[in-house]
Amino acid sequence: MTGVLPVALANATKVIGNVIHTVKEYVMVVQLHGDVKDKELLEALENFRGTIYQKPPLRSSVKRTIRKRTIFELELLEHNDRYVLLRVLCEAGTYMRKLAHDLGLLLGVGAHMRELRRTRTGPYREDETLVRMQEVSEALYLWKKEGDERYLRRVIMPVETAIVHIPKIMIRDTAVDAIAHGANLAVPGIVRLTRDVEPGKLVAILTLKGELVALGQALKSAEEIAGMKRGIVVKIKRVYMKTGVYPPVWRKNK
Amino acid sequence: MGLAEKGVKFIDKITSHAGFKNEWIVLREDDTSPDYGVLPYERSIEEHIKNGVINLDKPPGPTSHEVVAWIKKMFGLERAGHGGTLEL
Repeated sequence: MTGVLPVALANATKVIGNVIHTVKEYVMVVQLHGDVKDKELLEALENFRGTIYQKPPLRSSVKRTIRKRTIFELELLEHNDRYVLLRVLCEAGTYMRKLAHDLGLLLGVGAHMRELRRTRTGPYREDETLVRMQEVSEALYLWKKEGDERYLRRVIMPVETAIVHIPKIMIRDTAVDAIAHGANLAVPGIVRLTRDVEPGKLVAILTLKGELVALGQALKSAEEIAGMKRGIVVKIKRVYMKTGVYPPVWRKNK
Repeated sequence: MGLAEKGVKFIDKITSHAGFKNEWIVLREDDTSPDYGVLPYERSIEEHIKNGVINLDKPPGPTSHEVVAWIKKMFGLERAGHGGTLEL
């Protein structure tokens, strides 16, 4: 496989999993083992839209039990002789190799995946932010040897880019250190929140400067929170920010 | 522009860049002190690296794990990777 592989550096490793395990998009070349008409192919593809059942392939890192996955979009880009070019937008954990194989079974001719390129993982896409190893290495060289950090800043994005697709809550300076200590978030600490905050959903807690403080699970909806005066509304699940960055005014005796 | 205004502008910018949109409900007005914390795009380069993500175009051949190991070595970091999931 080639394409979008978000790599988290140092501290960012703590939260990157939540980006990886969301929606993914691929472009895949499938080689058919027999001749198939366009019409048959389009009909067969219909069966792979929506909920599908997959048994992970032999060479996989997870338990091989049948699992349900959702294919949001499946587009036939090209069909040339025995080669089929597909674009697939799917839930994380959907095996493209298996999809190609199963398509072959359904068509009755057999098929296998020939090439695969990932064009999206959560918020990261195949756009101007996508960089090759060579560019990373050059940017690092320019910083280390020439003291020029501009390229490195272009190659590396702030960790906050990893949470753009989830609901967000921005909190007051006085609430930050408590959260950094793992305390749950109460209403008075909130300055603003996005409308998509819903009970059970993963939310990003940010400072007013936009720094990631923690990830948590919302206990109330945005509407409910807006109508509350007090009470815990987010259960903190993973703290990102170190303690002591913001002052500990939350301690009553300080 | 106040610091809090810059903060939300930054979050909105990176959100819309990724094809999403933030619809904010503002509960109260408050600004943030320049004495602690920093706008994410104003971190020192060392801090920027430690709190950074590379949208890497994985080359064909090596596994994802191998690629991550190279990045880790290049930057001399103890940790790099795609982490685990957070179970809710």
